Amino acid sequence: MEGLTLSDAEQKYYSDLFSYCDIESTKKVAANGRVLELFRAAQLPNDVVLQIMELCGATRLGYFGRSQFYIALKLVAVAQSGFPLRVESINTVKDLPLPRFVASKNEQESRHAASYSSDSENQGSYSGVIPPPPGRGQVKKGSVSHDTVQPRTSADQQEPASPVVSPQQSPPTSPHTWRKHSRHPSGGNSERPLAGPGPFWSPFGEAQSGSSAGDAVWSGHSPPPPQETWVSFADTPPTSTLLTMHPASVQDQTTVRTVASATTANEIRRQSSSYDDPWKITDEQRQYYVNQFKTIQPDLNGFIPGSAAKEFFTKSKLPILELSHIWELSDFDKDGALTLDEFCAAFHLVVARKNGYDLPEKLPESLMPKLIDLEDSADVGDQPGEVGYSGSPAEAPPSKSPSMPSLNQTWPELNQSSEDTAIVHPVPIRMTPSKIHMQEMELKRTGSDHTNPTSPLLVKPSDLSEESKINSSVKFASGNTVGQQQAGVVAHPPAVPPRPQPSQAPGPVVHRPVDADGLITHTSTSPQQIPEQPNFADFSQFEVFAASNVNEEQDDEAEKHPDILPVEKASDSASSLRVAKTDSKIEEKTAASVPANVSKGTTPLAPPPKPVRRRLKSEDELRPEVDEHTQKTGVLAAVLASQPSIPRSVGKDKKAIQASIRRNKETNTVLARLNSELQQQLKDVLEERISLEVQLEQLRPFSHL
Amino acid sequence: MAVCVAVIAKENYPLYIRSIPTENELKFHYMVHTSLDVVDEKISAMGKALVDQRELYLGLLYPTEDYKMFRKLHNSYTDVMCNPFYNPGDRIQSRAFDSMVTSMMIQVC
Repeated sequence: MEGLTLSDAEQKYYSDLFSYCDIESTKKVAANGRVLELFRAAQLPNDVVLQIMELCGATRLGYFGRSQFYIALKLVAVAQSGFPLRVESINTVKDLPLPRFVASKNEQESRHAASYSSDSENQGSYSGVIPPPPGRGQVKKGSVSHDTVQPRTSADQQEPASPVVSPQQSPPTSPHTWRKHSRHPSGGNSERPLAGPGPFWSPFGEAQSGSSAGDAVWSGHSPPPPQETWVSFADTPPTSTLLTMHPASVQDQTTVRTVASATTANEIRRQSSSYDDPWKITDEQRQYYVNQFKTIQPDLNGFIPGSAAKEFFTKSKLPILELSHIWELSDFDKDGALTLDEFCAAFHLVVARKNGYDLPEKLPESLMPKLIDLEDSADVGDQPGEVGYSGSPAEAPPSKSPSMPSLNQTWPELNQSSEDTAIVHPVPIRMTPSKIHMQEMELKRTGSDHTNPTSPLLVKPSDLSEESKINSSVKFASGNTVGQQQAGVVAHPPAVPPRPQPSQAPGPVVHRPVDADGLITHTSTSPQQIPEQPNFADFSQFEVFAASNVNEEQDDEAEKHPDILPVEKASDSASSLRVAKTDSKIEEKTAASVPANVSKGTTPLAPPPKPVRRRLKSEDELRPEVDEHTQKTGVLAAVLASQPSIPRSVGKDKKAIQASIRRNKETNTVLARLNSELQQQLKDVLEERISLEVQLEQLRPFSHL
Repeated sequence: MAVCVAVIAKENYPLYIRSIPTENELKFHYMVHTSLDVVDEKISAMGKALVDQRELYLGLLYPTEDYKMFRKLHNSYTDVMCNPFYNPGDRIQSRAFDSMVTSMMIQVC
């Protein structure tokens, strides 16, 4: 390989290009892809390119080392100057101009711009340059007028991207592309002043007044007229073809172009004014948006409902899918309505989309609605303060995060707390303690739970179902359909006692599920319950007996009852009652009564006298018992409430405690209601019993006869 | 774990269906339809007036462990619904919804 002597300019230029091609920062090898692009951009015929590559040794080596790359570049220059390609010519040709790469539209223009655009605004803000719609305007300008202009590497990068866009569509590439550009280091050329926007005007020569416009643009925010064109869609839907979407309209060609360029100007202005943040809203824009907001919703702190927003944005003639996406992005709190901030963000996105920018996947930081507390001051203050603001994007989200993401954060917290308490569904949402909800709460509760006993109660949400179940259970016991109401009542009260006894809570809870097995355990668990159980058991027997005695009232079935009753009582009570769904208490009672009645023996005849005896006994016992019971139920709720909450609150998070407190309160209310219902039923039962007793007394004299 | 996610409209057509791996689409579609039958069964068995989303879900195949996933799905679904530009009955085309589903499926797969 011949030694290569490069002038300073060449050296600099080549090293820039090398850095550009050196995408993997190896400092030694230029990426083949880039190099090829570069060569293509040199607008040399393919065979020349191949020749160059061969000559510089890359084909031999298989990669472009720095020297090969430099040689290649030199050869490109040679070829472009029209000299025959020879290895010798790289050093022999004097005053060889630097190789030209056409792709460099921006760069070429920026070279131009370098002369008249202000560097300050563009320091490093390469991203501010909107990659101009490639091809057309630039090509004509680029290759012709910028012979001596150094191509810029990033321009090459743009070329592949830009061809996609038509000039009629204003800055086509989406913001993220710009960001890419900005990240692209390309050798720290201070000379490359991305005064993109300035020179950028030139492609739009037909509508622009050239570089002077650029100056004007640069000077600051341009006057409203160009802005009006953007937003014209809102005002005049028919002419709103702000572009892109309806390229077919011929008559709009020029207007579109003008508009496009105007909008481009706006965007460029926007970008240039905002370092590295294409989504910034300028003051005029914001003002415009606010005015539009006012037309829909005069109160600036109020909301625009979804339907109104839908109408408004539909006027922009964007496809519904895109509007839908814009909505998703801008409705930050997902409430179906737009606040001023959200509205501005949405409007801005619509405008950007109309101008050809792709919609981002996530809402850009500058468009995020500020928190309500920060809002007013932060809003206005932030907009102008772009550089600092956008320069620290990482800070922005945290500042905004408190309320919004906190909403999101509370969800996981709730999840956790609810998981702790094994209630998966966020309890706070359901403030109305429905019985089913309660039941599920119970089912989900881990560990002992006083409320479990209530669940069987809760299982019968309606009196109807209650009665039916109770009827079935009593039927098992009595084998008759007598006094169903009474039976129902009978079944009910037995259920109550376990509840009132929180200390016994674990007992019934545990046992209920294992009813089939632990009859005896029922009786053993709660001493307090036991005394009641026999009573209730007797009570049911009493009912049965009463039913059996009330022959007159009943049909022939009544006669069968005494026989059926004892039989069923003895044999089936244990099992059938167990089968009875709801009332473990009945089972318990029966269970209690069964052992108590063991003395009855298994003969069918034995039971009748026993029940009678028991009845007599129970009548007396029951009365006081009922009173006790009512008193107890009064106490129960309070005890119930306190008991379970105590073990639960220990060792849990505050939230869990609060949640459990809420649940307990709900449980309380339900239980209280239940309590009152049961008491009512008790009273009814007592009345019936009294009437039955009276009848009995009447009948007795007859039996003696 | 989650190989297929589907959102079915009231009228029993899918508003959104996605499966990983993509080859078994048809099979999954059928499964979704059969699972609809299961859902119907459960609903009729409940006999309760409440439309308790939690209950309904738990009545299905794998309660609790997938509940978080279900909730996320449901939340995203409500977000989609909130969008005024969304017509109920349309296929769900929201990118956010898509990405949420993808993340969910990837996370547990």
